[in-house]
Amino acid sequence: MNKRLVLFIPLILFLVMGALLYKGLFMDPKILDSALEGKPVPAFQLEQLEDSGVIITNESLKGKVSLLNVWATWCPSCKYEHPYLMRFARQKILPIYGINYRDERALAIRELNRQGDPYTKNIFDHDGRLGLDLGVYGAPESFLVDHNGIIRFRYAGPIDQRVWNETLLPMIKQLQAVAKQEGAS
Amino acid sequence: MIPELGHLSLILGLAFAFLLASVPLIGVARKDQYLVRYAWPLTYGMFFFIFLSVIVLGYSFAVDDFSVAYIAHHSNSQLPIFFKIAAVWGGHEGSLLFWVFALSGWTAAVAYFSKSLEEVFTARVLSVLAFIVIGFGLFMVLTSNPFERLFPIPMEGRDLNPMLQDVGLIFHPPMLYLGYVGFSVSFAFAISALMGGSLDSAWARWSRPWILAAWVFLTGGISLGSWWAYYELGWGGWWFWDPVENASFMPWLIGTALLHSVIVTEKRAAFRNWTVLLAITAFSLSLLGTFIVRSGVLTSVHSFAADPSRGMFILMLLGLAVGGSLTLFAFRASQMKSPARFDLWSRETMLLVCNILLTVACGTILLGTLYPLLIDALNMGKISVGPPYFNTVFVPIILVLFVFMGIGPNIRWKKAKPGAMKAKVLVPVVVATTVGVAAPFLADGKFNIWVVLGIGTATWVALMTLRAGYDLIKSKDGSLSLARLGRSQLGMVIAHLGIAISVVGGTIVSNYSIEKSVRMGPGITQELAGYTFHYIETKNVVGPNYTALQGQIEVSKDGEFITLLKPDRRQYTVRTMNMTEAGIDWGLFRDLYVTMGDPLSRTEFAVRINYKPFVRWLWFGSIFMMVGGFFAASDKRYRTKQTTQTSKLDAEKAKLATA
Amino acid sequence: MMKSVFKLMGAILLSLTVISVYATPVDIYEFKSAENQKRALELAHSLRCPQCQNQNLIDSNSPVAKDLRLEVYQMVDAGKDYDEVIEFMTSRYGDFVLYKPRMEPKTYILWLGPIGFLVIGLLIGFFFVRKQRISQVEDQEISVEEQKELDRLLNRDEQ
Repeated sequence: MNKRLVLFIPLILFLVMGALLYKGLFMDPKILDSALEGKPVPAFQLEQLEDSGVIITNESLKGKVSLLNVWATWCPSCKYEHPYLMRFARQKILPIYGINYRDERALAIRELNRQGDPYTKNIFDHDGRLGLDLGVYGAPESFLVDHNGIIRFRYAGPIDQRVWNETLLPMIKQLQAVAKQEGAS
Repeated sequence: MIPELGHLSLILGLAFAFLLASVPLIGVARKDQYLVRYAWPLTYGMFFFIFLSVIVLGYSFAVDDFSVAYIAHHSNSQLPIFFKIAAVWGGHEGSLLFWVFALSGWTAAVAYFSKSLEEVFTARVLSVLAFIVIGFGLFMVLTSNPFERLFPIPMEGRDLNPMLQDVGLIFHPPMLYLGYVGFSVSFAFAISALMGGSLDSAWARWSRPWILAAWVFLTGGISLGSWWAYYELGWGGWWFWDPVENASFMPWLIGTALLHSVIVTEKRAAFRNWTVLLAITAFSLSLLGTFIVRSGVLTSVHSFAADPSRGMFILMLLGLAVGGSLTLFAFRASQMKSPARFDLWSRETMLLVCNILLTVACGTILLGTLYPLLIDALNMGKISVGPPYFNTVFVPIILVLFVFMGIGPNIRWKKAKPGAMKAKVLVPVVVATTVGVAAPFLADGKFNIWVVLGIGTATWVALMTLRAGYDLIKSKDGSLSLARLGRSQLGMVIAHLGIAISVVGGTIVSNYSIEKSVRMGPGITQELAGYTFHYIETKNVVGPNYTALQGQIEVSKDGEFITLLKPDRRQYTVRTMNMTEAGIDWGLFRDLYVTMGDPLSRTEFAVRINYKPFVRWLWFGSIFMMVGGFFAASDKRYRTKQTTQTSKLDAEKAKLATA
Repeated sequence: MMKSVFKLMGAILLSLTVISVYATPVDIYEFKSAENQKRALELAHSLRCPQCQNQNLIDSNSPVAKDLRLEVYQMVDAGKDYDEVIEFMTSRYGDFVLYKPRMEPKTYILWLGPIGFLVIGLLIGFFFVRKQRISQVEDQEISVEEQKELDRLLNRDEQ
């Protein structure tokens, strides 16, 4: 009787593994959580894209809930994302800071002049150092930063209307409510 | 029109499989000899039509029929003809067709070679195999049809992935699939034995050559894959512990355990449940491998384009096949006490220990492979488990295994005298320790524990294997005769030596490879490991479907010319993909391996030069293993003779009457 | 419907970001010493490229792998030790980049599992063999009748 039960052990082990594999079918191993969520935006001092005389630092981002968007002219998905960013920028919900990542200044400026500029300011990250500190592994990536300059959320991949409506906008609303409570504008 | 014939023929093959899965089993249940006998023609019919559909797909590739979606995605009119044919198994749908073809081929082989076994038993085996054909056949027809048409018809195909345009594609996947699928035969034997309630020595003896055959193919498939990765990926690595590699290695480990445990079951009627469980597990792990490669659940360098719906289908098949067979096992496994008894010092114990260690090694790899999935499923974040983990846990287990592997063939069945063993072991222990300890000092003068253990155990295994062979060919009066050695014993000696050879290769190449990344261009000379590499010029080369820049590097040693290496950087026109092809000079004791990186100036390139000592031994060893396995599988004892119709009929009638 | 179209387009576009280069990366980096080179290569081999399929920093040709690889080289050459490099990587890219997971509560099963398997396996084996020995009343092969039956089954056609 007791011995018979032992023979069921392989079946039980298999069923446990099967359940795990089933769950695995609904997960995407490629989506990575950012290690920086909950941490402040890394310190940086970089030129503004449009004007090499202006220096932007991580301090400049504080005070308002903002969106940091990593983009480049060599990145096709950024072009897909661009019209959506234009639309969100027109709605003036929050400032969108661009991080022009590993790009050429002239190319980037020409691109913005031609396609429109959704960005409040553009940070020129020519050698990708800020991108590295942010844990960027491919453009586009977007970071939601609260009024204290803390990264609250990272989205890897192009933002479109669906991502905006379902994921980003609710978080922005929430962060802005907190910011208001704490007296920031 | 032609592709439709292939499609139709596939469906006909599937229809035969449906009949094969039902008619003989009904025959067994109703004790109807006539229906049982249908198993044979149905098997051949199934094989014929599936084979025909493979031929049709190959033909459509050859004539560039881009109206077939699969061909349009995996071929191009400029592709050389042998790659067109090999592209039949170069993508998901076609490789699945090949999978089913291999399975029906094994089924036909079982039908053909098992004429003198009990008819009822073999008919059950064929029916079980037909169930698996049905599962994968439906999967193919419903979700991944290789004959699906495209409209509008593209003028040109998208070309085969350049990574796959290599002789490796021609041999590696067929070999691997034959191995994977081959374990379905021992699985079907085990299920048939469980269904019939006869877990006896006969069953073990019948399934042994099939286990060996599958093992030989899987060994070949894995080592070809490793060799292919070594020269094609351009990194000079030969094993990456990638989930897909692990997926083929796990059934190999369990298959190895199985082919040893089945010896004990055959000879001593012991370990019966254990052997059945291993047979089920080996095939289950093959199915798991198919799931991992095609579902996208784990990230891998080698996997097919992932599709969750495919994953769901395979998981269902996995659940039915494995869940069903393990349930059958739980209810029908033998509760009879094994009649055989053995002592602590006996060959049975040694084989048991090796079996346990192989299973533990496999369990460890399974744990490491699925652990990231587990952590993710529990919402504890994303982690990676890679080579450093596997090397840390796998290598010690396998080193312990080698110790017992040396003793196994030298110890008596049932009960051995420890004293006799001591005398046999003394010299090999001393020699192996000496060689092991000396090895790192001879290599570079620095102590390295892994080299000591690797070379030491390899020497130990080799010496003990030779000793066992010597004892086998020596008669009592001291004369030696090779004729005394049975084929399976000869096979054992060769295969075990193969393991020792591979271990030597793996140990040395892992610890003493040298590499250097340098700037090279016309006129520049570099030195590595005593060799001089002189870059002569860069040539422009035009291939059938690519253009390439090819470096011409002259290698010499002590002023003597050795070879001209031609690494190249290819640009494939259709997929606009860059590929590097390494220039390799291979030798028994070292490979020189050169890859070209990015251009640094108009004439200069970044070039990586590798010196890989003993790397070939890895694959020489596996050739030994395959040859050994082949000898063992062809042992006379398993060869069965044709029966006369009448005596067979009588025997079957008697069997049916008692069933 | 619209949603799935968006999703599909996104997927197609996203797949384009991965530049189709399967060329082997070769970096010309001058290490300060052979010792540093060995240590740096070993480290970079044990770190996973966050962007790629399943490749370490050395084997991958993606831009981010190249950046990270050079970062590792520079840190090692600047005298940073193993822990500092690992800390640098994981603070930016998470535990995902470690091919050798850290020993921590969530990896206890991973690291201790193999030892557990071994102990359980050997215990089962030991008790199995011991039981065999205790009940070893008579030393028997397959019984004579069984052997005959087996021979009949296997060789019955030879008569």
